[in-house]
Amino acid sequence: MSVAKPLPHDAAALHVTGRARYVDDIPAPRGTLSLAFGLSDTAHGRIVQLDLDAVRAAPGVVDVFTAADLPHANDVSPAAHDEPLLADGTVHYVGQPIFCVVADSHLAARRAARRAVVAIEPLPAILTIDEALAADSRFEDGPLTWTKGDVDAALSHAPHILEGRIEMGGQEHFYLEGQAAFALPQENGDMLVHASSQHPTEIQHKVAEALGLPMHGVRVEVRRMGGGFGGKESQGNALAVACAIAAMRTGRPCRMRYDRDDDMTITGKRHDFRIDYRVGYDDAGRMLAVDFTQYTRCGWAQDLSLAIADRAMLHADSSYHLTDARITSHRLKTNTQSATAYRGFGGPQGMLAMERVVDQIAHALGRDPLEVRRANFYAAEGAPGYPQTTPYHMAVEDFVLDRIVDELVESSGYHARRAAIAEWNATNPLLKKGIALTPVKFGISFTLTHLNQAGALVHVYQDGSIAMNHGGTEMGQGLFQKVAQVAAQGFGVPVETVRITATDTAKVPNTSATAASSGSDLNGMAVKAACDTIRDRMAAHLASEHQADPASVRFAEGMVHVGGESMTFAEAAWRCYTARVSLSATGFYKTPGIEWDRIRGTGRPFFYFAYGAAVTEVVIDTLSGENRILRTDILHDAGASLNPALDIGQVEGGYVQGAGWLTTEELVWDDKGRLRTHAPSTYKIPACSDRPPVFNVALWSQGHNRSDTIYRSKAVGEPPFMLGISALLALSDAVAACGPAYPALDAPATPERVLMAVIRQRDSGG
Amino acid sequence: MTQTRTITLTVNGDSVTRTVPVRMNLADFLRAELGLTGTHVGCEHGVCGACTLHVDDAPVRSCLMLAVQADGASVTTVEGLADSGRGAALRAAFTARNALQCGYCTPGMLASALDYIDTGGSADRAAIREHLSGNYCRCTGYQAIVDAVCDVIEGRVTA
Repeated sequence: MSVAKPLPHDAAALHVTGRARYVDDIPAPRGTLSLAFGLSDTAHGRIVQLDLDAVRAAPGVVDVFTAADLPHANDVSPAAHDEPLLADGTVHYVGQPIFCVVADSHLAARRAARRAVVAIEPLPAILTIDEALAADSRFEDGPLTWTKGDVDAALSHAPHILEGRIEMGGQEHFYLEGQAAFALPQENGDMLVHASSQHPTEIQHKVAEALGLPMHGVRVEVRRMGGGFGGKESQGNALAVACAIAAMRTGRPCRMRYDRDDDMTITGKRHDFRIDYRVGYDDAGRMLAVDFTQYTRCGWAQDLSLAIADRAMLHADSSYHLTDARITSHRLKTNTQSATAYRGFGGPQGMLAMERVVDQIAHALGRDPLEVRRANFYAAEGAPGYPQTTPYHMAVEDFVLDRIVDELVESSGYHARRAAIAEWNATNPLLKKGIALTPVKFGISFTLTHLNQAGALVHVYQDGSIAMNHGGTEMGQGLFQKVAQVAAQGFGVPVETVRITATDTAKVPNTSATAASSGSDLNGMAVKAACDTIRDRMAAHLASEHQADPASVRFAEGMVHVGGESMTFAEAAWRCYTARVSLSATGFYKTPGIEWDRIRGTGRPFFYFAYGAAVTEVVIDTLSGENRILRTDILHDAGASLNPALDIGQVEGGYVQGAGWLTTEELVWDDKGRLRTHAPSTYKIPACSDRPPVFNVALWSQGHNRSDTIYRSKAVGEPPFMLGISALLALSDAVAACGPAYPALDAPATPERVLMAVIRQRDSGG
Repeated sequence: MTQTRTITLTVNGDSVTRTVPVRMNLADFLRAELGLTGTHVGCEHGVCGACTLHVDDAPVRSCLMLAVQADGASVTTVEGLADSGRGAALRAAFTARNALQCGYCTPGMLASALDYIDTGGSADRAAIREHLSGNYCRCTGYQAIVDAVCDVIEGRVTA
């Protein structure tokens, strides 16, 4: 068995010796040029002067181009054709590329870019949610609303009503490897592009549009990324297109990487949200009606914002059954970076608001929030009311959180620790502790249904070695190894027999982004289909040699057994080759049973749900707001895990990243629309010393996907991110110990914000 | 601006002489001039730790050191970590513990971890966490990295 083994990352040996190549590590041919963009310093305005003479005269500069010089499309958007590569007369945010310099080195290009004389006549800039609402600046004609039941009637009958607002910040991806691309001109005007991208097909598409080529004229290869997290789904388009244009103009290979400050200034981030809520509930804390209004700043271009805002709506229920719900979403257009995909894709924001609501209900009733959570959980199979439906009318058939939470409560000692914390808080005036248990239910599938497809290409060579390729990209998550395990399983060979090759648009076409946690689900199935095809051909031939039934041929432990004879897999491959059996196959997969109407908000957008739960304990210093996570316990459902070691890595990393989003990571724009936190010196991601000193992470031993996924595993990329919500609510719990009010702690809960909340809380005690 | 200077240094045991721009930093020198691309640049202002390596056995941010400052020094990059001893044990432990995902921070992380071990650091998790706090990893959540360092110190993994 290759699947279910905790094998290390496929490239681990390369990484620990420094031999793993990222885009900027690829040896460049002599004459390779480097690119840099000149950026807008104004949030919104008309370009009235663009004098690039000094740029052209700068040392090492070979070429400079602007929007007017582009031969074909000036667009790097993923869908809406609203995102020019280079500003075409108007700038829409601080950091927007205006022109591109091509020089003989990275530094020469960057230095030259600073010499431009650019005059921009400012136009009114819309920076905040309130400004966007006042100006009715939005994507789509108006807000999108989904309803289930009769919310107003249910609210009017509810014994208790509570309302409030939560604000949550965005998040910089801070992939350690910045955006990078490398274009090499080929014969006949074709272009080869190496990109650090989660979406090679989109790079191919945008480069082809920009060069006026059919897609077959562009080949994109992605071996690996140094982190992606959604930030390389669309944000790498600009670099790849710029390199390809420069390569076409100069006939020389061209590469580009963003310096970190440029990267953070230019590229989109997680959407920040404001969510208003009004909820009706009974004495047991059961929610009777919920009305959410979500506002999000999408930035200047649409990018993936509609789908992201949709997913925020789709997770507004978190893990709770709502008979009557209304969810309204405002997708606001602002003069800031175009907010983009980030792990969870809007789901975390929608879910956080609901977890706040539940927490606040518990506070109002003087109950443990865990009780209120349990009172509102969806019914599991066998429980009364099963299956219950989400606010978008999808039946929840695979709910397991009741069992996961029971196990986690036990293993984490939740109740005893909660009691101990209450005792501690009663006797410690300065340091206060808090604890929270929060669940995750995350829908798996792209909500744009046609994206739920994948292709694969598998070759068995005559020596029995296997080359495998699929549309998924490796950004560190371990996808390549998991899928290689699937291939090895198919042929009954050790995983070392399978060579994992770089994602390549010339091998597998029309791929979807490696996103939505779908990588293993989709590509694993596609690879399995290809392997099954080849194995069936081999079995048919070998069986015919032995007058045996093809179904009786066994592939196991590197051997093939047929009609009483055993041979190595290599020998079997050789025999099939010499008998002229095709040993190469494509595989294809499309997720079954999903359909979705995003305007009406009805259907079955998800193939299944992934679940998990976390308990976080924190301590705060009430004099400074400083805080620490003391302990975290997680139980996460990865189904029947394809690789428990890699999945644990996703869970641990996801939690820490999620906790970072809600605690230390703060994006600050000034009143001119300039991002003031554009480097790690001012933007704080979790360091080793920030992670919980006690960190107990386990995959749920009962995990098994009801839906027919690859070996009954579950997607694990995004769901654990939302386990980090427990960190914010634990901080809120600690603040709550300072006074009688509900803290209503917004995110990120930086020390300042915690301190201000403590002061409010103390004041509330009169 | 274009002023150059000739430097001689030892890189991974080999003597190297090059004429370099005086403003070129050590990371760019190693990557561009010597092709040692295992040294990664993450933030280029000394915060993320990705470019950490050893100069005369001390950990250094190679984005904050000029190549000319390394004149006469001995530089060890991830490519030059010994194939035996603690460096090799650390490599094995990082692999076995899954202490890397995207791998971009790994060379710098190994350099800082090796410094901790070589200077007699104990298997005290809090001390390890503190020592590695200048090396960002965005993928792993650090748990496996601390585990790997403990494994080497406590002799559970050897080369």
